[in-house]
Amino acid sequence: MTRHGRRRSRPETRPRAPVAVVVAGVIGAALFALPLFGLIWRVPWSELGAVLGDESSRTALRLSLWCSLWAGAISVLAGVPLAWLLARVRFRGRAATRALCTLPMVLPPVVGGVALFFAFGRRGVVGQYLDRWFDVRLPFTTWGVVMAQAFVAMPFLILTVEAALRQVDPQIEDAARSLGASPWYVFRRVTLPTIRPALIAGAVLAWARALGEFGATITFAGSFPGRTQTLPLAVYLALETDPRAALVLSLVLVTVSFAVLIALRDHWFSGASRLVDR
Amino acid sequence: MRTPWPRTVCGPLMLALVAVAACGDDSDQGATSGALDGEITVFAASSLTDAFTEAGEAFHRAQPDTTVTFSFAASGALATQIIEGAPADVFASADESSMKKLTDAGEVAGPPEVFARTELQIIVGPGNPKGITGLPDLARDDVIVVLCDESVPCGVYARAALGRAAVTVSPASLEDKVRGVVSKVTLGEADAGIVYATDVLAAGSAAAGVEIPDAQNVIATYPISVTKSSENPRVADAFVEFIVSDAGRAILAVYGFVAA
Repeated sequence: MTRHGRRRSRPETRPRAPVAVVVAGVIGAALFALPLFGLIWRVPWSELGAVLGDESSRTALRLSLWCSLWAGAISVLAGVPLAWLLARVRFRGRAATRALCTLPMVLPPVVGGVALFFAFGRRGVVGQYLDRWFDVRLPFTTWGVVMAQAFVAMPFLILTVEAALRQVDPQIEDAARSLGASPWYVFRRVTLPTIRPALIAGAVLAWARALGEFGATITFAGSFPGRTQTLPLAVYLALETDPRAALVLSLVLVTVSFAVLIALRDHWFSGASRLVDR
Repeated sequence: MRTPWPRTVCGPLMLALVAVAACGDDSDQGATSGALDGEITVFAASSLTDAFTEAGEAFHRAQPDTTVTFSFAASGALATQIIEGAPADVFASADESSMKKLTDAGEVAGPPEVFARTELQIIVGPGNPKGITGLPDLARDDVIVVLCDESVPCGVYARAALGRAAVTVSPASLEDKVRGVVSKVTLGEADAGIVYATDVLAAGSAAAGVEIPDAQNVIATYPISVTKSSENPRVADAFVEFIVSDAGRAILAVYGFVAA
């Protein structure tokens, strides 16, 4: 509550926004608001329960949650060390590595899906050995979905965490080290707690991105109900046969993503202010 | 493929051009009234990609002042897009039901015309490594099968063919469009799929086809129509006429389609 009061009082102390900036800003906001409004406008509210109670919707929802949580977890487990290396260790090709690790953010996901095939498919560079030696096949499996989602989502975590790490004063870590703490202890008890807000923000952002993943998933993992057909794929297929169901499922995705981003905003701000305060 | 200009830009622009032309010398008008000009957007089923791209080039050669832009996707998705107001002048569907969606919504200018047919084939890797000879082989445990989802025409047809052959398969994936099945097989991830004969032909040396006997096969019919919302119905009509003409059929035949 106090926070709200503080925010409301802020504009009085600041200069008034120029009209042109407000107009341009409103146009920008409308670009995001209107499609959302259009979606909500068309949602058949009376069928909400029927669609969500439908077994096929629930299967897609369950699968989406399961896969995106795993993709989020993998993003944290592999992404945090990667972000730490990028932020703390000077090595040759660091800039190229950073570009490589964030490439999926700008790459068309379908291209990512095809590239995953060439790496982990039955004839891929790695995939052929997975198949031959371990009898492991990723395409058309739920783990294939997790992999495609992690591929697309992890960069969001890496970027967020690396940016936070760069803002942390290295003297704090140095101090811990000079007091005899091992590098692992410093990483676990000093570095990680310091960047906790950014870590949470990055993890949630990566999870949300994984939840909405479509292109890489359908390309690499295919689409089969209960196995690889996640919510976005179900929405796309439902658009052809049952647009009303597609709208309801879209609403679920929008609601979850929106809630996540609103929750995230506070984390992000508190995180940033904490870092600035130092 | 060129991105179509938004109609909101194109419309006023065309009007402005017409106004300018109208203000000009009257003697110009007689010379240009017979020739066709302007841009049209053709929404066509994903399986028509290669055939229509070539047909579009041939049409452009015959009518140099026209530009044909294509949007290829699943028929059902295209029909939905047109109903939602996407700027299409011509719709070419891979099935009757997607076209029916459009006619039911009152979005077509005239009765649709069937311009091509194709039948189903089993698509397999080059050299048919799994030795597939017919639909019953698709039920084998060692064969990874990919089909179209039943929300798209190729999925409905494939299911019908499997039903006629009394074969039950457990597909690894249900693709959202026929080209998805093709790419899964050409990339080597799936061993077999059921697609249109035309798709097997289009895949060239990257895939091989296994014929399905007539008794089990399903013939897919392709209807085409000018949309009601077309802003250039003259060019749209001419394009449809070109597709159903001998020249158009010859191009479609090259890609394995059978004339209607």
